Amino acid sequence: MTAGASILPLVARGLVYQVGGDRLLGPIDFELEGSGRTIVLGPNGAGKSLLLRLAHGLLAPSSGTLEWRTSDAAELRRRQAMVFDRAVLLRRSARANVEYALALHGSRGAERRARAAHVLERTGLARIGDRAARALSAGEQQRLALARAWALRPEVLFLDEPTASLDPAAARRVEELIVEIGSSGTAIVMTTHDLALARRIGDEVLFLHLGLLKERAPAADFFAAPGTPEAQAFQRGELTW
Amino acid sequence: MNELSQAFSTALTLLVGLDSGLLEIVGLSLRVSGTALLLASVVGLPIGAALAVYRFRGRGAAVVALNALMGLPPVVVGLLVYLVLSREGPLASLALLFTPSAMVIAQFVLITPIVAALSRQVVADLWSEYEEQLRSLGATPGRALPTLLWDGRHSLLTTVLAGFGRAVAEVGAVIIVGGNIAHVTRVMTTAIQLETRKGDLALALALGIVLLFLSLLINAGVSLLTRATERRA
Repeated sequence: MTAGASILPLVARGLVYQVGGDRLLGPIDFELEGSGRTIVLGPNGAGKSLLLRLAHGLLAPSSGTLEWRTSDAAELRRRQAMVFDRAVLLRRSARANVEYALALHGSRGAERRARAAHVLERTGLARIGDRAARALSAGEQQRLALARAWALRPEVLFLDEPTASLDPAAARRVEELIVEIGSSGTAIVMTTHDLALARRIGDEVLFLHLGLLKERAPAADFFAAPGTPEAQAFQRGELTW
Repeated sequence: MNELSQAFSTALTLLVGLDSGLLEIVGLSLRVSGTALLLASVVGLPIGAALAVYRFRGRGAAVVALNALMGLPPVVVGLLVYLVLSREGPLASLALLFTPSAMVIAQFVLITPIVAALSRQVVADLWSEYEEQLRSLGATPGRALPTLLWDGRHSLLTTVLAGFGRAVAEVGAVIIVGGNIAHVTRVMTTAIQLETRKGDLALALALGIVLLFLSLLINAGVSLLTRATERRA
């Protein structure tokens, strides 16, 4: 994690996102305070990915506010990262993908190479660092995307369904990596459909349904006694839309 | 039929014997079209990439205009360049008319829209795939452009090749601004036209064979290069 004043908390007030006349998300209020692993749960179309994109700054709210502790846009960009459900890798080697991200963040020369080598080692990708990124397996690609994000030492890492398209073994390795990144001090905000994964690694749950935040609770409480009928139905597998 | 086989036989003799007149014409064609292509790539690729990435008022109209310019008639381009370079034109003082430089200018005008328009489509497709990730990593559109051009290099090579094909096979513009002067501005297409009219089918055929061979050679080269680079990255 980058040293210096924290960019957290992230505070959303009356957050709304709509396209044309269709409201896809909100109004939502929440506050993301500090480290830990926050899991954003909800059925398809609940607005989970939208919420992440809004928080990460890839989308602008239609109304309401999303405020970090700092308003310095460059600082905000430097201190957060995002990994998407399908890894978007550049057409170059695995190592070059990591070094490219570091270069965008101002890392130069030997420092950049050393940092890239370090994260590739930590993520178990060092031996395939010189292979074409797009020739890697889906699991390796997703770990590379995580390695690239981790190399930037983000204070907050947004993960959008990071295990959605992976087989169980690859998903397990990605999960271990997420836990390791979280343990290094990076706050994780992750969307998933995988209740077992959420139960295993979540500290806190935000439960969305039809674009609204229905419940926010510590993960243990959420899974032991969901507080809303929607969350109860979702956990029983009865809330699909 | 007999005349045709005779012409073929003579054409092959010219080719196998590396006839100096033939080589001179081929060499000038490659220099003119190669230079035009280089300049068109330097200008057209960034324009195409910028149109794909930047959002601004009038962008749609610019794309439509660029696409329309792909179909520029060579004789009209030749005429316009002729007017600009002629004694009454604004660039008369450069004295470029009936020189290879004038032919380069004409081909540059002709193929830059092709390179720009086709590369815009290639980069736009790539941008739709990369945009969120590059923005997430903190890349501005300006910083994304070289990344997109590099990652799209295989497809862009084909785009550039299309521009070269158009340039080297073009006759209308270069004959107007070059004048088809022997040993000065005579290129393959203008020579083929002249020799055919004169009835010297052997040289015309030989040049035609070279033109076809060039096309095959470039395509094969690009294909090999693409496969090699795809394996590496």
